[in-house]
Amino acid sequence: MSKFKYLEDVVTLEYDQEKCVGCTMCTIVCPHEVFRMEAKKAFLLARNLCMECGACMRNCPAGAITVEAGEGCVRGIINELLGIEGPCC
Amino acid sequence: MKNNQALVSLPMATPVPEGAGEFRLPSASQPFVLGTLATAVGDVPIVGGELVWQDLRGHYLVRWNVGRKSFTVEPGLYAIGEPGSDSAVLVSANYKMSFDILRQTLGGYDAWILVLDTKGINVWCAAGEGTFGTGELVDRIQASRLDEVVSHRRLIVPQLGATGVAAFEVKKYSGFAVTYGPVMVQDLPLFLANGCKATPDMRIKLFPLQERLVLVPVEIMLALKQWLPLIFVLLLVAGFFGEGTFLQAMLVHGLPPTLAVLVGIVAGTIVTPLLLPWIPGRAFSCKGALCGLFLFGLLYTFSGAFVMDSSLYLRFACLLITLAISSWLGMAFTGSSTYTSLNGVRKEMLLAMPGQFVTILTGLGLWATSLWLG
Ligand code: SF4
Ligand code: SF4
Repeated sequence: MSKFKYLEDVVTLEYDQEKCVGCTMCTIVCPHEVFRMEAKKAFLLARNLCMECGACMRNCPAGAITVEAGEGCVRGIINELLGIEGPCC
Repeated sequence: MKNNQALVSLPMATPVPEGAGEFRLPSASQPFVLGTLATAVGDVPIVGGELVWQDLRGHYLVRWNVGRKSFTVEPGLYAIGEPGSDSAVLVSANYKMSFDILRQTLGGYDAWILVLDTKGINVWCAAGEGTFGTGELVDRIQASRLDEVVSHRRLIVPQLGATGVAAFEVKKYSGFAVTYGPVMVQDLPLFLANGCKATPDMRIKLFPLQERLVLVPVEIMLALKQWLPLIFVLLLVAGFFGEGTFLQAMLVHGLPPTLAVLVGIVAGTIVTPLLLPWIPGRAFSCKGALCGLFLFGLLYTFSGAFVMDSSLYLRFACLLITLAISSWLGMAFTGSSTYTSLNGVRKEMLLAMPGQFVTILTGLGLWATSLWLG
């Protein structure tokens, strides 16, 4: 099956390679193979495939990754627009 | 459950809710528990790998959004088979569907299952909300006295739980090392046979047809809840304000827009998910609208009944209603898809919602005009 792609250039994923200590955790937890290892450092292989789940950021012991993580769901965003708290699922 | 055990107080992780970390084993009187296994800390409930019809009925109902809130198991430590102090510990959520599929997959193995309290939500969603998280995991380890039950210090956590769990923090607070298991529970046997190593395929979340298919019933139920009131109003207004008897007017003026709403629902909740990879475009609102257009075209061409001899106003009104609803519901499917991002959906919504709003208002306006003109 083909790999799905969502919109281009919308994700907030930022990665600071300087800080990477090469633990490989981000390449393990990412469900969309956004990171890959090269010469003991992670690099961004496919930034646009990121779904902003935040798993990489949470598991990076070096704090090299930031992303505005959250579930992209309509109800959640409408709640956000209306300024109320509410979960997605 | 053993209440006569003295309470232990170990150093706690980050701020914890009251009662967290207190020793507690799940009740053995839950219907799926086969018996208990005596361990150093008490009698741990044993569960089997076989699902019985009551389990399957529950699964079927929650697929239709029935009984979803109470489809839970008690959090805590369970045994499958006859695990010993060196058996693997697998972490799961207390959504009964997740738990059942895990124990079914592990049928024939000897292992421990540590169920976290995720308020009946599946691992991925709960990890996103933080209930399947580092704090709860560390507390549950402590509340189950896992360090006395097993001699090793390893946990297998589903990869999709990584959104809420930080492996390095779990290690720091509990001493247990987290190994992330495969994305799909079905890959677990192979993963275990490989010495807890996942192949690259096991790490990637796909969104195959079958997975999209099981989401359809819930989408239909949610959409009906949202749109049945409109159908009701349309029929009533048509009946009261249309020409002829109430029933006649309802049929002539109320049926076409009702069908338009239903076509929109079918397009947005069934056709869009199923044909997802083949519908052009990336934005779900566009995919939904395209499906609506396609379905409307089909019906328009092949069924005289749908548009009857209605006026141009009415036909155009119906088209707009279908487009707006199919686009909206297609967009709502981003919530269930496994590859859309928060900021992507936010951007799409801000762009699409004004269009959808104007479209449905125009559609309803044209319909009212056609009603008024007779
Ligand atoms: S998780 Fe952080 S430190 Fe580890 S490889 Fe990735 S970026 Fe580097
Ligand atoms: S946020 Fe999620 S999808 Fe994006 S790179 Fe990190 S782990 Fe991968």
